[in-house]
Amino acid sequence: MPHIDRRIYEHPIITFNRGKRVIFYFEGHPIEAYEGESVAVALYALGVDVFSWSPKFSRPRGPFCMIGKCSSCFMTINGVPNIKACKYPVREGLVVERQRGWGLLAKSSILEDYKPASSEKIETDVLVIGGGPAGLIAALTAANYDLNVVIVDEHFKLGGQLLKQTHKFFGNVELFGGLRGFQIAEELAKKIALEKRIRVLMSTIAYGVFRGGYVGVVGENAHYIIKPKALIIATGAQEKYLDFPNNDLPGVIGAGGAQTIMNEFGVKPGESALVVGSGNVGLIVAYQLLQAGVRVRAVIEILPEIGGWFIHAAKIRRYGIPILTRHTIKYVEGDVRVRKATIIAVDEKFNPLPGTEKEFDVDLVLLAIGLEPDSRLAIQAGAVVKYMPELGGFVPVRTRFLETTVKNMYIAGDISGIEEATAAMLEGKIASLAIVSRLVDTSRSSKALEEAEKVLKFLWEEYRASPLLLRAKRGKEAVTISINELEDLRKKFPSPVSFG
Amino acid sequence: MIYVEKFTFRETGVIKLEELKRLNLLPPQERLLKGPVAILECPEEIPCNICVPFCPSKAIQMESIIALPKIVWDKCTGCGICVAVCPGLAAFVVDISKQDADYVTIPHELLPVPRVGDKVMILSRSGEILGEGVVIRVWERNKTYVITIKVPKGLGLEVRAILSKPLK
Repeated sequence: MPHIDRRIYEHPIITFNRGKRVIFYFEGHPIEAYEGESVAVALYALGVDVFSWSPKFSRPRGPFCMIGKCSSCFMTINGVPNIKACKYPVREGLVVERQRGWGLLAKSSILEDYKPASSEKIETDVLVIGGGPAGLIAALTAANYDLNVVIVDEHFKLGGQLLKQTHKFFGNVELFGGLRGFQIAEELAKKIALEKRIRVLMSTIAYGVFRGGYVGVVGENAHYIIKPKALIIATGAQEKYLDFPNNDLPGVIGAGGAQTIMNEFGVKPGESALVVGSGNVGLIVAYQLLQAGVRVRAVIEILPEIGGWFIHAAKIRRYGIPILTRHTIKYVEGDVRVRKATIIAVDEKFNPLPGTEKEFDVDLVLLAIGLEPDSRLAIQAGAVVKYMPELGGFVPVRTRFLETTVKNMYIAGDISGIEEATAAMLEGKIASLAIVSRLVDTSRSSKALEEAEKVLKFLWEEYRASPLLLRAKRGKEAVTISINELEDLRKKFPSPVSFG
Repeated sequence: MIYVEKFTFRETGVIKLEELKRLNLLPPQERLLKGPVAILECPEEIPCNICVPFCPSKAIQMESIIALPKIVWDKCTGCGICVAVCPGLAAFVVDISKQDADYVTIPHELLPVPRVGDKVMILSRSGEILGEGVVIRVWERNKTYVITIKVPKGLGLEVRAILSKPLK
């Protein structure tokens, strides 16, 4: 066991209130952790960089996304293999082991005490998958009109990626502007807790949508079959990957993954970092690294211009962090963790220019090259999707009220195309109000529609009027269709599933 | 046709004074010489208007949520509320009206938080160390510290950050 303490005890923005001390076992060693931490974070805090070895070439693997979207942190916990350690809360006495190759069920121990999980059938008005900004606003909006709501979220805390955002939000005061992301998460979670009509299923995964309008949801020792009148998928997005030699070395982490480690859990992701990509995520993470006491050597950007907003760039430039445009990463080196990264300049056609290499001694290479909508569940349900580079990948085609080609199945937030949390909250509100208008009596229905129109107008005509959001706006316009077009698509590509 | 030089802040992350001036973000010289005044280094049409409702003098105007902020220079008292609330940490207050020194008020979100009387390193928009300043005033709002520093005469429009000690 390495003897390192990566926990952050002093931070300019966040106070880390750690829970009760618990002891669990990692390959025979007792590990001290704090309630509220995930197994992955507790191990990382003590200097564990390698979480598993790959099946084919036994290459070391470390954490990458830290939000349950990838397989980098699969571990065997209490004999059960392939558990996402990033989403598994620490508990007294857990037995955690790394996997060499495929995880195998320890047949004797598990199968002998195997008891099928209890299965509960739930009928509800609205099922919201994903407890981030879009999902939480959607749930609160529906509950406000007296609808019953179930929220399913894979994490053990509500808030989605708001939990790791330490900067103050833009927008206006009505949209939580001025509050920091984690403060917005706290506020929303408090409101949700007060709503008797909202039931929250934490640490659960929606694993499939089935004929008859059922959604299967599974947690540890729990199984739910949920039949909602309407479904809102607000599953967010995942970090994109980049090809370069040794990109699987521990220490190559998604920018969002590093934010989770340092801002949600108060653990330093490394000592010295290179950030790849200068979109808002890259610029913001560079600033947050600085706040966490991590040295930032540079932010690199393959394009001739900085990708994100000037104000975010200015925040790191004034502390002397260089933003190297027209540069890309060539390779990283290291044995069990990144030790060195080599970057190279590119010409106008993005061809590397030999002889322009620069080396950085870093133990952290953060990928901030963009996000990809997590549309897997919508695709499985049979929604018609379109590949939209300006939106980050495959997104469901939808009406302006965010209904997909699967009847009464809506989307909101990054799954509909990558924007940011404010737009996600507005979309959550629109989708929810559209559902409300279908499920409540006439007088309240027209009130809900009126409210939806107001939000739509603000989102499309004022908020997205910003030239900095133009690319995403155009992408969203291209996949937003009329009711007639929706009906045509439904005939052409009928889904076996519908809700309502 | 007049040749207009292209803005370079999107390539460098550093905005030049003449660029601020072209965008009407720099107070006129007469106003600067009257006393403390806010400078919002916010040159892009981002969807944000947080500074508008918070300004106690109602000096900041925006036509829409994406418009660039416009300060009515004579209404601005240089109080520094905008420095505290701007989510982009793009608001500053500058006072170049004094004989002996310039005064700059900046947002600060790094540890350690300096105290009044501390000598600190003063940094330019590109992180260049410009010398030493003295902390005159420190207050906080939602973890953004608003710090007024006395800097050598002539640097009021240049200093945009401080550090208590060099970064690692």
